[in-house]
Amino acid sequence: MKKITIDPVTRIEGHAKIDIYLDDAGRVADTHFHVTQVRGFEKFTEGRPYYEMPSITARICGICPVSHLLASAKACDAIMTVVPPPAGMKLRELAHCAQFVQSHALSFFHLSAPDFLLGFDSDPARRNLFGLIEENPDAARSGVALRKFGQEIIEGLARERIHSSWIVPGGVNAPLAAEVRDRTLAGLPAARASALRTLEFFKGILDRFDQEIASFGTAPTMYAGLLDDGAGLQWYDGLLQFKDAGGKIVATDIRARDYAQFIGEAALKDSYLKAPYFKPVGYPAGVYRVGPLARLNVADACNTPEADRELAEFRQRCGAPAHSAFHYHYARLIELLHALEKIELLLSDPDILNPHVRSHAAVNCLEGVGMIEAPRGVLIHHYKVDETGAVKWVNLIVATGHNNLALNAGVAQVARRFVDGTQLKEGMLNRVSAVVRAYDPCLSCSTHAGGTLGMVVRLIGPDGGLLDEIAG
Amino acid sequence: MSLKKIRLATVWLDGCSGCHMSLLDMDEAILAVAKKAEVVYGPLVDAQEFPKAVDVTLVEGAVSSQDDLEKIRAIRQRSKLVVALGDCAVTGNVPAMRNPLLTRKMLERIYVEGVQQTPGVPHDGVPPLLRMAVPLHEVVKVDLEVPGCPPPAQSILLVLNELLEGRIPDLSSKVKFG
Repeated sequence: MKKITIDPVTRIEGHAKIDIYLDDAGRVADTHFHVTQVRGFEKFTEGRPYYEMPSITARICGICPVSHLLASAKACDAIMTVVPPPAGMKLRELAHCAQFVQSHALSFFHLSAPDFLLGFDSDPARRNLFGLIEENPDAARSGVALRKFGQEIIEGLARERIHSSWIVPGGVNAPLAAEVRDRTLAGLPAARASALRTLEFFKGILDRFDQEIASFGTAPTMYAGLLDDGAGLQWYDGLLQFKDAGGKIVATDIRARDYAQFIGEAALKDSYLKAPYFKPVGYPAGVYRVGPLARLNVADACNTPEADRELAEFRQRCGAPAHSAFHYHYARLIELLHALEKIELLLSDPDILNPHVRSHAAVNCLEGVGMIEAPRGVLIHHYKVDETGAVKWVNLIVATGHNNLALNAGVAQVARRFVDGTQLKEGMLNRVSAVVRAYDPCLSCSTHAGGTLGMVVRLIGPDGGLLDEIAG
Repeated sequence: MSLKKIRLATVWLDGCSGCHMSLLDMDEAILAVAKKAEVVYGPLVDAQEFPKAVDVTLVEGAVSSQDDLEKIRAIRQRSKLVVALGDCAVTGNVPAMRNPLLTRKMLERIYVEGVQQTPGVPHDGVPPLLRMAVPLHEVVKVDLEVPGCPPPAQSILLVLNELLEGRIPDLSSKVKFG
């Protein structure tokens, strides 16, 4: 048995490594996806006051801190047994949509577009944002501008783009300024046009990636996502639904506090990322996926006109449910458009400027669960506290965790399809990394990641001798 | 006169990536930075291996695992200037919140008590944690510390622009704590 190691997987949010085991004929026999660091938020927060949890847990992830702030604040709302004032809820949702814009733009343009625009097999030294800046500056500028648009909304609301203390238990701590609303509305048409252009462009190049689409984690799985009463997308406050691989509803209207009846967690011996599974089916068969692809598979509609038009075309092109992980990119771009439409709807509501944005209360319940859709999928914060409000117990299930089992299967499938151990090429391994990229895993969220020095790929013979090596 | 581009690396140890996101929050200015610097290693590029002769390395995160430790030592050897970017690299910050805990107990809480199936602390292909998460200066010489959680994009831009011009930046008016 020979082993190839991709370490780290590049252009993902965090570091991970992949081991690929080859049989004596050089065919892929097995793969392992390792997440390589853990920080222990679930333990070191014990004893802290619950109202510190949003600020502490935001530091789980600098890419989607708003997600953790929201899930945490919602868990705290439940502990205080309060409902934030309507404007507070709307402002939270506005920040959330802005985060979808910046995070989806980052995933598509900064991390994955180099594969599409420069090529999976292109020079790895240039296959990145900076290569894109030189070779396709318009695409790079679009990505930078869309990400900036989302970040500026967050900055306008919260004063800081990253790790602000604006989202608090009970609501938010400052209302929206009219000039921020007006400035954002003025910038929306350009942002929407850019998102639409990107979608058109991506649809135009889909045909070039037939082979990737056909092998990027295509195994049917269940899907999970949050929905409103009418089965439309609801990122901030929906109820959880699971659909099976054929698109049939298997569990629905699951409230945050009931998540543990449906989601179990398993420990893996070779990864710091735990593997959630659908409890009624059991482990390890209860594989499900979350995130943009899963949300579009679970939802009946986006409930914004442009995104719904795109969704109809998506279903036509990719099927319903769509199973190839490559289509995460496509789904992400539709969601980017939806987020921009949603921002306009929220800002057009006169109540959005209402200064009453926060409810106050003390501990009224010793347990609280907050559940939202982070850009990468369902995020759950579950806290238990004592009467003084000191945290006694914490469980966090992050988006990328839900995808852990499917991601492992996707890595194996791509490796089997593209990696030829008798004649190793860098582009083969880039595709294995690319399936990970399609999921846009947030390994920062997952536990966080460390990683090691650079990517070195070694082919080790059965006797332990070095047969081949690719290194910088 | 054509100037040789500065060889820049960015590294992410035990942090949240917020410092890297703040780096991107310089928005369009990144296009100008790309003209002066070549990013030879980091999470944004497909670096093959940490290169031998790097001019400036920005390091986000604390040193928390055996991998982190080996990595930062090699980075120090191969970089002319090492910049501790953000509070985790400067003080240990959030990753160091685990330091009062026994590592074994923390891991058991997560991977044994915290699961319903196949309990067990991961050990195969994952790096062991150090007893404590520590700031960079505890293990290597650091040339510049830029605090903040994260440091503001404008401070990072100032640092880069000054370093790219061969000057050590004066951060006295640009520092943000927390």
